[in-house]
Order: sequence, then structure tokens, then C-alpha cells
Amino acid sequence: MSSLEMPRRSTRLDPYVDQYAERTSSMTVSAVRALFAVANRPEVVSLAGGMPNITDLPLGTIGDAFNDLVRSAGVQAMQYGSGQGELFMREKIVEVMAEEQIHANPDDVVVTCGSQQALDLVTRIFIDPGDVILCEAPSYVGALGTFNASQARIHHVAMDEHGLLPDALRTAVLALRAEGARVKFLYTIPNYNNPTGITQTLDRRRALLDVAHEVDLLVVEDNPYGLLTFDGDPVPALRAMDDQVIYLGSFSKTFAPGFRIGWVLAPHAVRERLVIAQEAAVLSPPVFSQFAIAAYLDRFDWRGQIVAFRDMYRERRDAMLRGLEDHMPAGTTWTRPTGGFFVWVTLPEGLDSQALLARAVNERVAYVPGSAFYADGFGGRNLRASYCFPTAERIYEGTRRLGRVIAAELEMRATFGLGAETPLHRPGLGPAPDLS
Amino acid sequence: MADPTGTVVVLAGGLSHEREVSLRSGRRVATALRETGHTVLEADVNGQLLSVLADADDPLVFPVLHGGAGEDGALREVLDVLGVSYIGSTGRASHIAFDKAVATPLVAAAGFATPRQAALPQDMFRELGAHALVEALASGIGFPMMVKPAQSGSSLGCTRVESADALPAAIVTAFGYGEVAIVEEFIEGREVAVSVVDLGDGPTALPAVEIEPVSGPYDYAARYTAGQTRFSAPADLPAAVADACADLAVQAHRILGLRDVSRTDLIIRDDTPYFLEVNVAPGMTDTSLLPLAIEASGVSFEEICSSLVAAARGREESASA
Repeated sequence: MSSLEMPRRSTRLDPYVDQYAERTSSMTVSAVRALFAVANRPEVVSLAGGMPNITDLPLGTIGDAFNDLVRSAGVQAMQYGSGQGELFMREKIVEVMAEEQIHANPDDVVVTCGSQQALDLVTRIFIDPGDVILCEAPSYVGALGTFNASQARIHHVAMDEHGLLPDALRTAVLALRAEGARVKFLYTIPNYNNPTGITQTLDRRRALLDVAHEVDLLVVEDNPYGLLTFDGDPVPALRAMDDQVIYLGSFSKTFAPGFRIGWVLAPHAVRERLVIAQEAAVLSPPVFSQFAIAAYLDRFDWRGQIVAFRDMYRERRDAMLRGLEDHMPAGTTWTRPTGGFFVWVTLPEGLDSQALLARAVNERVAYVPGSAFYADGFGGRNLRASYCFPTAERIYEGTRRLGRVIAAELEMRATFGLGAETPLHRPGLGPAPDLS
Repeated sequence: MADPTGTVVVLAGGLSHEREVSLRSGRRVATALRETGHTVLEADVNGQLLSVLADADDPLVFPVLHGGAGEDGALREVLDVLGVSYIGSTGRASHIAFDKAVATPLVAAAGFATPRQAALPQDMFRELGAHALVEALASGIGFPMMVKPAQSGSSLGCTRVESADALPAAIVTAFGYGEVAIVEEFIEGREVAVSVVDLGDGPTALPAVEIEPVSGPYDYAARYTAGQTRFSAPADLPAAVADACADLAVQAHRILGLRDVSRTDLIIRDDTPYFLEVNVAPGMTDTSLLPLAIEASGVSFEEICSSLVAAARGREESASA
């Protein structure tokens, strides 16, 4: 091959590498994320993703309705819309929230691009770099990403099997303020928490709100799974008990996530800022999606569909719990959710769920390592196993494979004499809370 | 422009830990081939692959699979059985090269410097007793050392170990990726990669690429996040050292019986290149080393991809003549 004499080139392959905002410094490729590429293959039982199973939706009928929508109102549905969201949509949202005893005025609702954007807007209007956001330990990985992108300081507050610990919340707020920190709000997922599946009891909710009042703390309630209750009566939302709570809702789990429609319900003054922030961010939330969701809510038995979703997810939850019972090695514990999508597994002492993921992928099963749900390195012994997407049979098979992976790792560690006292593979990992 | 006959099947993805990297490499190769006039089909390694190959018009496979069956030669042996031509090393040669435990001693036997190394299957620790074996490794190889899976890439499962108490956990981590772990002397020095291309005139070394992570090791994030690593091509080396690196890469290509393309990773210590490993399916992503070496040689990535196809088609014709 003939080659020319080329000048030496020294490059970092990104001409803008020194120009990015400081807050993007942690936005790098990761080996763990890369392993999830394998999880999408059909051979792998993925207990990793939180995708709802929407295959049972009446797609033909919905398609007909959308066809009618385009013909009858296409010009409005495909036009720019209101920054706050269309009034008809906000009225429907109020109707949906009433299912959880939340009484609200459509004027106080802001429609967003999924509840993820609701979270982003709330963060934007409250957080300056260095401000403190309190979260459950552990908490939703997508929220942690949003908070990190705003350069917030995330402080986790302990929880147990009944939810966030109010005394720990008070202690944290007072201690942080004593050191001069600006504590802006508590972010909580009281129903079927992501990732633990734990639900705050009614007493715990009352106590939590009492502490919030006592220390003058804003509460942001994220409730994507509230209508997916499998057992017993649902517990009222925090917003149903206190109208100063900022409430985030979504159609992603009760209808379909592809429309990207969520919402914020906020006290009037907060709502004003959210609308202005929303206009700056996206001008208006997707108008076509709002028309489509309103058509679905108008023309279908959406309450009946939610009951069908509950039955389907309950069966999958049962398969997960049965599988864990049958296959987990001694020393493994897990939560027993009464709704939602997730089980939180605590591995036997000494095991590191992140290091274990490669072995799991070899065995064709995937999960999300627990440390993803902490901003402070904890969660090394935990993993989130979701039961929302695979069938019950696949979930059961997934737990069998996971059991084999854990057993093999335990056997390997025993060979090397690595006991519980041996530090985990990666430095800086904190202990793992057992919330089961 | 390329000969328009036949279909180039770019194989990417697979079930290995490096699936994501492979998909990125595959998309880049497929685009390059389309831009040079080839008919390209992109395929994953799955239950449909054999029928895709059976239905394709005069298929020539361009494997861009990293790790697992795509790089260890197994899939290439299947292609041999099917009588489907492919670009790159044969199944047998790939098998030898991919297994660091086999390849390194072969290169060492030819007189090249390699790290002191031991390749240890899981059973060896069970049979000899892990405690005693770990102690033997600590005294026989010394610290710092590298522990890595025998069959893996992209630095996955690799740990630099500074002391004996951290060694067992590093070995257990490597075993997460495969049955055999390599425990080797850590060679402190300049990290360089030399790619070799053979377009029918014998293997030729492309300019060496030097790798300097901005901070920390050249790990997965440093490899695939643009901006995390500084690359220099051609590497700023004395002529004699550059020649020694090129010679090592070409000889490794020859000794291991490789074909068409390979990339040898080296460390230069005291002007001596140490062989670390050779890749039969080098990364082709935007942050990969082979495309940088190609660029430094004054030829375009598209031209090289197209020439590799032409060389493989030429081989087919010679075989049938």
C-alpha cells in the first residue's frame, strides 16, 4: 500500500472538548450502560428496563380513533399549542387525578413532555448549583440524572420497608441548614417506589408531611405508578393530603409512554413560573399527543384498561416473587411490592451487583445495579429487578438464571476466601441497605 | 468505484459484552462501503443469519464483531463450512489470536518482549487452592500487575492491582467475563497501537497511534467517549522505535497466521516495545485506533474498507481458478 508522509496529528477527537459546560463532565460512556445493549437481545431475559407492557392495548380501535382525529381536528392537533397545555387535556388530567383523591383545578396543571420533563422544569425553577435536593435512599435514576445536570447536591434520606423515615428527614434538613446548605425540596416516590417497590404507609405520609411543615420544606411527589395497585386499597397521594405538595403525574404507565405526556400540579405561584419555563424549554408540549390522549380517555374504558393492566402486572409480580423464592441462594433478600414495576434485591454480603452484571449477561439475564439509584456510591449489594415487560414465564426463568449467577459468584468468592468483610471490588462503595 | 456485483454482509452486534461497540463499528463500515459503491446488507448474529446469507446475492461477509463468537473464530469456522467468503483472519487463526493465553507465548517465542504472564482457568484455583496460588502469583509476577479476562476486549474486566490483598477480587472480576484469567506484569510505559493491513501485497504496518488518557486508565469510558483520550498519529517516536513497533505488529500478524487486518497493542518501555495483545476484529468506531491509523497513512477509511473487499474478492477468484 502506498502511503503519503502525513503530518503528525494529536487529537482528542472532539474539537469542543474544553468548551462543554461543567455540569456535563459526568456525561460519559459507561461499561455498564454498554452491557444493556446485550439485554435487548431476545435471548436475554431483561429484568433491567422499566418499560410498560402495552401489547394488550386495543391498537386497531385506537388507530381508528386517531384516524378520525386527524380528519376531524388535524389542523388544530398539528399546530403549536399553549405552553401550559391544552385546557381539554388539563381537565382530563384533573379527572384522572381524582381517581387518587386528588382534587385540583385545571388552571394549576402544566402539561409536560412526560413526567421526566416535569421533573426537569421543577428543578430548573428551584435549583441553583450547590442547592440541596433530598431524595429517598435509593431513588429513581432518571431523577438523579436531572438533579446532577442542574448541579444540585443530592442528599439521600434513609427509608425502611414503610418508606422514608420522617425523623431522618428532619435530622437531615436541620443538619444541612446548620452547615449553611440551601435545602430546596424533598423528591419522593411514595407509591411503589422506583427502584424499591416500597409504598409509604398512611401514618408515614402524615408524619412526613408534618416534618415538612415543621421545617418548612417543599415536597415534590412523583407518582407514575399510583394507579397500579395490586393488593389492598391504595394509600392517598401526598398531594391529596396537602395541597402545597408539587405533584408529578404521567400517562406512560396507565396508557402508553410514546406520547410523552406527563404533568405537574403545583400551587398557583409555582405554576406561573413553570409555564414560563415550559415556554422557554419547548414552547408547547406535544399538541397531537394531547389530542390523542384526550381521544383515548373520551372514547375508551380507560379505567377498565387500568384494571386489566393491574391484573397483568400482578401476575408478573407473582411470577417474580415465586421465582425469587425458588431460586435465590441463602443470604439474598428482596422487597415484596404491592403495586408498580419493581423488586429491590439485596445480595449476600460481599457481592457487588455491578461487577456481577457481566456474569449475568453471560447467563442471559440482566438487571440494573443498585448503585445507579444512589448519588453517593451506596447500593453496591443491591439490584433492581423489574417485572413489567417480560412475560410471567420469562420472569420466572430470569430469576432462575439470576440465582445461578449469584450462586456461581458466591462459590467463586468462597474459593478465594473472600468473606463478607472483604471490601467490594470497586473502591468507594458504601454499604447496602436491606429494605426487605 | 467498486465492482458492483455481490453483496457485502457487514456482521455486527452479537451477544458479547462488546455488542454496543460492535454495532457502532458496523454502522461505520457499512456507511464507508456504501459510499464506495458496494451493495451492503447489515446483519446481526442471530437465528436469521444463515437464511440471510443463503438469500444474499454472492455474499462476502465483513465481520465487525468484537468479543465472543464473533472474534474467537467460531463464527468464521461456520462461514468456512458454509463456503461463504469473509474478510479477515480464518477461524483457526482468530481462535489463537483471541486467546491471550495462547497468542502471547507464540509472540514471545519469536523473540519479542512480552509481560511475564500466567493464564489461569477457574478450576486451577480450585485444584491448587486459591490462597497458595495467589501468593505464588504475587511473588512470581510482582506488583503492579494487570488482571484481565483471557478472552475479552475494550478493557472490560481488567483491573490494575497494586497489592496482594486486592488480587483475589480482581481475579474474580475477570472470571465474570470468562473461564480464564490472565495475570500479568504491568508494564509502565507509553501505550501504542499498530494496525496492520494486507491488501494482497503482504502485511503492512500503518503508522503507530499513541494513546494518552486525559486522566486515569484507558478504560471503557476513556475508549469510547470522545475527548477523554489524546491520540497522536503517527506516534512521536524515534525512528528506530517506530520501526521496532511496526516490525513487532507485522511479525505478530504473520506468526499468528492472521489475514487482511489486525491491530497489535503495545507498551513501549525503555525504547523496547512489549506485546500486549492482538485484535483480529479491531474497533472501527469514531474513537477507535484503526481508523486513526488509516487517516495517518494518508488513505481514507472508505478506501481501505473497499480495498479489503476487493482483496477478499480477488482471493475468491484465485481459489476458484
